[in-house]
Amino acid sequence: MRVTTTVNGTERTADDVWPGESLLYLLRERLGLPGAKNACEQGECGSCTVYLDGEPVCACLVAAGQAIGREVTTVEGLADGQSLHPVQEAFVEAGAVQCGFCTPGLVVAAHDLLARVPEPSDPEIREALAGNLCRCTGYEKILDAVRLAARRQATR
Amino acid sequence: MTTTQTGARTAGRIGDNAQRPDGTLKVTGEFAYASDLWHDDMVWGVTLRSPHPHARIRRIDVAEALAVPGVSAVLTADDVPGENAYGLEHADQPVLAADVVRYEGEPVALVAADHPETARRAAARIRVDYEVLPALTDPRRALDDDAPEVHPGGNLVRHLRVRRGDPAPTAPVVVSLDFEVGMQDQAFLGPESGLAVPAEDGGVDLYVATQWLHVDQRQVCLALGMPPGKVRLTLAGVGGAFGGREDLSVHVHACLLALRTGRPVKMSYGREESFHGHVHRHPATMTYEFGAERDGTLVYARADVLLDGGAYASSTAAVVGNAGLLGLGPYRIPSVAVDAYGVFTHNPPCGAMRGFGCVQAAFAHEALMDELAAAVGVSPVEIRQRNGMREGDRTTTGQVIDSAAPVAELLERVAAMPLPPPLETSDLRNLPGAVGNTTHGEGVRRGVGYAVTYKNVGFSEGFDDYSTARVRLQVVAGEAVATVHTAAAEVGQGLVTVQQQIARTELGVERVVVVPADTTVGSAGSTSASRQTYVTGGAVKAACEAVRTAVLQRAAVALGGPVAGLALDGDKVVGAGGEVLAGLADLLGDDAVEETVEWRHRPTHAVDPETGQGDAHVQFAFSAHRAVVDVDVELGLVKVVALDTAQDVGRALNPDAVVGQIQGGSAQGMGLALMEEVVVADGHVRNPSFTDYLLPTILDMPPMRVEVLEYADPHAPYGVRGVGEPPTISSGPAVAAAVRVACGRPLRRVPIRPEHVTGT
Repeated sequence: MRVTTTVNGTERTADDVWPGESLLYLLRERLGLPGAKNACEQGECGSCTVYLDGEPVCACLVAAGQAIGREVTTVEGLADGQSLHPVQEAFVEAGAVQCGFCTPGLVVAAHDLLARVPEPSDPEIREALAGNLCRCTGYEKILDAVRLAARRQATR
Repeated sequence: MTTTQTGARTAGRIGDNAQRPDGTLKVTGEFAYASDLWHDDMVWGVTLRSPHPHARIRRIDVAEALAVPGVSAVLTADDVPGENAYGLEHADQPVLAADVVRYEGEPVALVAADHPETARRAAARIRVDYEVLPALTDPRRALDDDAPEVHPGGNLVRHLRVRRGDPAPTAPVVVSLDFEVGMQDQAFLGPESGLAVPAEDGGVDLYVATQWLHVDQRQVCLALGMPPGKVRLTLAGVGGAFGGREDLSVHVHACLLALRTGRPVKMSYGREESFHGHVHRHPATMTYEFGAERDGTLVYARADVLLDGGAYASSTAAVVGNAGLLGLGPYRIPSVAVDAYGVFTHNPPCGAMRGFGCVQAAFAHEALMDELAAAVGVSPVEIRQRNGMREGDRTTTGQVIDSAAPVAELLERVAAMPLPPPLETSDLRNLPGAVGNTTHGEGVRRGVGYAVTYKNVGFSEGFDDYSTARVRLQVVAGEAVATVHTAAAEVGQGLVTVQQQIARTELGVERVVVVPADTTVGSAGSTSASRQTYVTGGAVKAACEAVRTAVLQRAAVALGGPVAGLALDGDKVVGAGGEVLAGLADLLGDDAVEETVEWRHRPTHAVDPETGQGDAHVQFAFSAHRAVVDVDVELGLVKVVALDTAQDVGRALNPDAVVGQIQGGSAQGMGLALMEEVVVADGHVRNPSFTDYLLPTILDMPPMRVEVLEYADPHAPYGVRGVGEPPTISSGPAVAAAVRVACGRPLRRVPIRPEHVTGT
């Protein structure tokens, strides 16, 4: 099957897509965008979080065919050219990145949270990121990063 | 000659919170993890695994699988050109099972195809005729005379005896307990993955996520029947490790398929396969007894520790070593008798995981320490301080602790930290069960628990534990650049950052490039045992010193004066007063100064086989935790409210990264205490997914206060002490202790389940 979808603002087409393929496989293996990660592939870890028509989804739970004619934004599409998005900057600065495998998903989830709730409380941050597993950090520095990003966005 | 003072020292030296050099790539999604690798013309490899814990393979028929369009190879044991055996310490594990399978998930055959789904469907068409055999799945039966033999020669992997002091001690106060620890999974998020590329010389290049490239290379060479020159390994991006990547996974399989098909082969496990594709933390069955004076001072300790090694040896012998040599905790004990056993069963193989044998033992000795405190009427903090090791004390193996052992101070510090406010029930999110709305505070009890640990740093018992570093200094486009090359695996802990910091400190340059780890430089040893900052850090420091010496000697010749008093700072050679004497650009021109150093820590020694006595370890690291929990004692639900810790790190080369290690390690210990268990029934893993194997989420983790002590170890580079493992050891027992206090039940097994808390 042919899949045509808009990814990070550009229309992309893939041919010979097997109908059982996920959006995650389409992005990673056919469109050269491996930023969304393949940690559990059943919607438990959030490491493959991308936007589908503006809504954060687990790309592993979306069939590639469901993305036809829709807009996908991945972690690769968040930075503005060479300059990192404040959420990305904050993750680096706060030490929220260790192995980093969870990071793309968490960056998208935090990006979504701050777009909806510019000044989230700690409980709100925890609720919003509860679908994203991290095995390295114990989450403390991820909270630090989201707080830092919120402050940065407020002053811009 | 005119002289000028140089400016402020280079930022990002040791002691600074330098940022990760790979941080930007990781937040933009551009960092290439092993599962992200891609090659023109590549095919996908998949593994067919045994559905039985123990069976004889009568026959394998691959014809139907080979006939599937898109399939380029199907391989079985007959296709392994070298020895069909690998293993970290003993090569007892077949690359592909030949006649017998010994655990559920053992690799039996491989398929390569142009799409992973095609490969999986073809693998399902391989017909394996199994004769199912009786499985030994209870480790307590492994040493019985009538137990099935997992391997010829019996089911004992190692028995370690430790004996010290009075062989028949008595004491006025005696406490004892039995304890069980379930099987924990490392649950690194990046699945086992690699890309094998066949080379023109008939060899193969393997890009793979691992913890120790050279030990992998040795095993791959053995299985392929090739010399090391033809099997070149490069570290691909590693998505966490925690011990689970010490053993081989896709390595040989991907190489076999690449050599057979003549095409690059990518293998990447799904999560279910990952649960079968790496070793786990050993489940433990333990019996402990403490004898003490009436004031709680320990007189003797006895321990019997049984570790289920599963079907293959992996690192079980070394885990038994740790459980036996360190398994009584950081206490002064005049008389000890420890027997630690590792046994074979037909359960999944167990091996390395963060904390390595100390984690299991700590749950038992810390639970028993609380029993002793209660028996003699002192507090949990006091009993530990009274018996805690101090510098100069001897361990249970007779080794003198020759640097800081601040057990009492660590406890004092965690005990002095502010306690969280009382439970505020107006916000459901604060409660056990949270927005599940299972309680509004009725039946919720608070508990506070303490635990301490010590852990060996580096490889022990006489292992030749070294690392190799190659450092080059040259001037590129007018700027001095240091290049650091090691084979050390960065797995997320931040070793790449520390290598840069060390080079900046020793060479005074700002720009330091850490090139990818591969096997074209000597071994760095394993990224495990909390050892890399110490050992590879030591190697990088030594190589930088050698480079610096060479450059300064060259400067002395050029300047016509003595070397003494010269130093490197920025891109300059400076004198004793900081005055600039020469620019590196002028001094070196187009030359590069390069040195390679193999660096070793002080030797360790094997222990006496009868008594377990000896100087087995090079360094000990200590930590203490205090956990505060709210427990719904009616439903058995637990909310951890605070998990605070103090740890001596010798010297923090990157304080932020140290805190990150401590927080992450604490979370893994908490996970084992409350939720993480690979459930194995009759040799079958019942929960191989992140749906059914529960990991702490951001909602489960409490705020964590961390106090970092820096009592430099005079024997270690910069005074560093290993950091990564202690927090994983002391956090879990502190949580378990807090839950015991809250619910009033003994809780002699972890992970603690709701029915244990309620007693129903």
